Amino acid sequence: MHDFTRRSLLQGGTALAAAGALTGPALLDFAKAWAQASPWKAEQGAKLTVMRWKRFVPAEDEAFNAMVAAFQSATGTQMNVFSEAFEDVQPKASVSANTGSGLDMVWGLHTLPQLFPTKVLKMNDVADYLGKKYGGWTDAAALTCKQGNDWLGIPVATIGGYMTYRKSATDKAGFKEFPKDFPSFLELCKALKKNNTPAGFALGHASGDANGWLHWMLWGHNAWTVDKDDKVIINSPETAKALEYVKALSETFIPGTASWNDSSNNKAYLAGELYCTANGISIYVAAKDDPTKKEITEDTQHALYPVGPIGKPTELQLTVPILAFNFTKYPNAAKAFVAFMLEKENFDKWLTGSRGYLTHTLNAYEASPVWTADPKNAVFAQASKRALPASGIGKVGEKAATAIADFIVVDMFANYCTGSKDAKTAMAEAERSLKRIYR
Amino acid sequence: MADIAFAPAKAKSQIREATSWDQLKHNHNWLGFWFMVPAMAFLILFLAYPLGLGVWLSFTDTKIGRVGQFIGYENYEWLWDDAVFWLSVFNTLLYTFLASAIKFGIGLYLALLLNENMPFKAMLRAMVLIPFIVPTVLSALAFWWIFDSQFSIISWSLKHLGLISQNINFLGDTTWARICVIFANIWRGVPFVAITLLAGLQTVSPSLYEAATLDGASRWQMFRHITYPLLTPIIAVVMTFSVLFTFTDFQLIWAMTRGGPVNATHLMATLSYQRAIIGGQLGEGAAIASAMIPFLLGAIMISWFGLQRRKWQQGESND
Repeated sequence: MHDFTRRSLLQGGTALAAAGALTGPALLDFAKAWAQASPWKAEQGAKLTVMRWKRFVPAEDEAFNAMVAAFQSATGTQMNVFSEAFEDVQPKASVSANTGSGLDMVWGLHTLPQLFPTKVLKMNDVADYLGKKYGGWTDAAALTCKQGNDWLGIPVATIGGYMTYRKSATDKAGFKEFPKDFPSFLELCKALKKNNTPAGFALGHASGDANGWLHWMLWGHNAWTVDKDDKVIINSPETAKALEYVKALSETFIPGTASWNDSSNNKAYLAGELYCTANGISIYVAAKDDPTKKEITEDTQHALYPVGPIGKPTELQLTVPILAFNFTKYPNAAKAFVAFMLEKENFDKWLTGSRGYLTHTLNAYEASPVWTADPKNAVFAQASKRALPASGIGKVGEKAATAIADFIVVDMFANYCTGSKDAKTAMAEAERSLKRIYR
Repeated sequence: MADIAFAPAKAKSQIREATSWDQLKHNHNWLGFWFMVPAMAFLILFLAYPLGLGVWLSFTDTKIGRVGQFIGYENYEWLWDDAVFWLSVFNTLLYTFLASAIKFGIGLYLALLLNENMPFKAMLRAMVLIPFIVPTVLSALAFWWIFDSQFSIISWSLKHLGLISQNINFLGDTTWARICVIFANIWRGVPFVAITLLAGLQTVSPSLYEAATLDGASRWQMFRHITYPLLTPIIAVVMTFSVLFTFTDFQLIWAMTRGGPVNATHLMATLSYQRAIIGGQLGEGAAIASAMIPFLLGAIMISWFGLQRRKWQQGESND
């Protein structure tokens, strides 16, 4: 746990100054002026306990901490911020929701607000304020956080996942540019394997990576877990085609992907054993920051996900919403903090600090300098615009969130790809699980 | 005189019938009851209530953050046809049986070894405890690295020795993954068995062995007719606890495999957690957890009645 004291504020400012990102005094001045004019006045003696996911890019964390410190100083709100691994955010938030205590705010994965919609503070006024000021919200981000007309949380950002690959390997495989459709993508992976420069995508219980790329595969074949009325339609010829395609693809993978969690492909890629995978920009950022990985850094490229037979992008990108519980004693402070985070003076610099790991969900930030600072960042700027909500074409809500959290699609593909189940059984089991959730 | 005259009147006024409260205070049986109250309250609050609540939740459709409705046996009916649930039951039984049996074998061997006179005995006994004192999650993370599909030290060593050409897919292959988690559990659980059995061995009188030696008994005969019978009550207790701990294991599996690959290492405890906390289906998760109770009760009953049969514990000979 990290209490923001005057000392930590100074430390944060020093670190940021060293990093050349946010400057302490300017940020503080802005924060004070903002607090004076803000529509939300923090309650006297407000204290907010905030849990967030553990940073993958250190500069993002530093920028976030500086923002928190400035907010604390300007509003007098005592901030208590701590981080948890992605996988642990949801269980801990769930416990807090169920017991009605422990946390005021949580910043976590896309499924979070829809898991306990009755326990969150409605953020309609904050969403309205920010949306009007910054060019509106991207569709997927808004859908992720909304239930009817209510905003259950605010989509702070999207962690874009795209292709990360070694240019030398794809060149050698005969692909001068990264494939744009599924058939040529499969051919590329086959060629990569033949050259002993394999691709690899998580088939284990990896909350972000496995759910991300396998939903893209499913949806890309025009196969869906549920239709627009939430009727379960997973057991379909389209799903069977998706299973066949992914099985063929998985046969080209580096061994071990069935055991992969969210960090496995990062480690394998940076160790020079993996040459193509789906990931956020964190692999590239980690390589850039490591002087011993110069060759990998220069050789690494990013590309959009190829488009499936459906003919349009079908991407499940990880929106990361922040929510406040409705049992917080300080709802105004919570709303003020969220609004403050997404103001241009903060957010633009924060995006820069995240070096492309976070993608904006407010359209005005499309012109953020981070997307042009390094040409290899540019791909990730599109993540939030191209994404579908976690429910696909179905209704966003608790049921879709549960289906994602229970790895139903991931297990269906993994069962078939590893040979544990035949296609019919894998689909039937997924169908049964979904029908239980959508009953 | 006035005083004398007044005193009996005062005494008379003070004498009264003993109330129920007085009887409660002075009755020794009730006093015993009062002394037991804190312990009973503790047990009810922290053991019976959570257990009862868990069982109740299993009959509801409770979700995270929302009170559920009573739905009878629906959760259990659903689980009855759930292939992943039955796979988790199979995994749990396999995991418990193999790990407990091997832990017992190695633990007994180590206990017998450490009971002998040997140099550095105290140090060796302390070393045996090391796996037990390492936090479970830390040892699980260490095993996760040891068995990592890409970076396993075992694969690395075997490759450098020229014995294999490709990494062994430890945690990505269903059979290997099961072997790996069972191995990790054995490593962690052996010290408990070994040290407890060693404590039991220390209570066996050396005179019994001396007498047996004079009678020309072999080491096997001494073990079979002296050590084993006297150690039986300890074995029953140790194995009961070992089975209970293994059956309900969570941390090792969650840190190493999260139940994967393709649910091949999902135990009932991990599946319950995934459905209840990660997936938000508290009622269903509670039903999986409650389904563990019959198995655990069975293990306790076997041990309990096994112990009861040994009348010699109460000063009589065996049946």
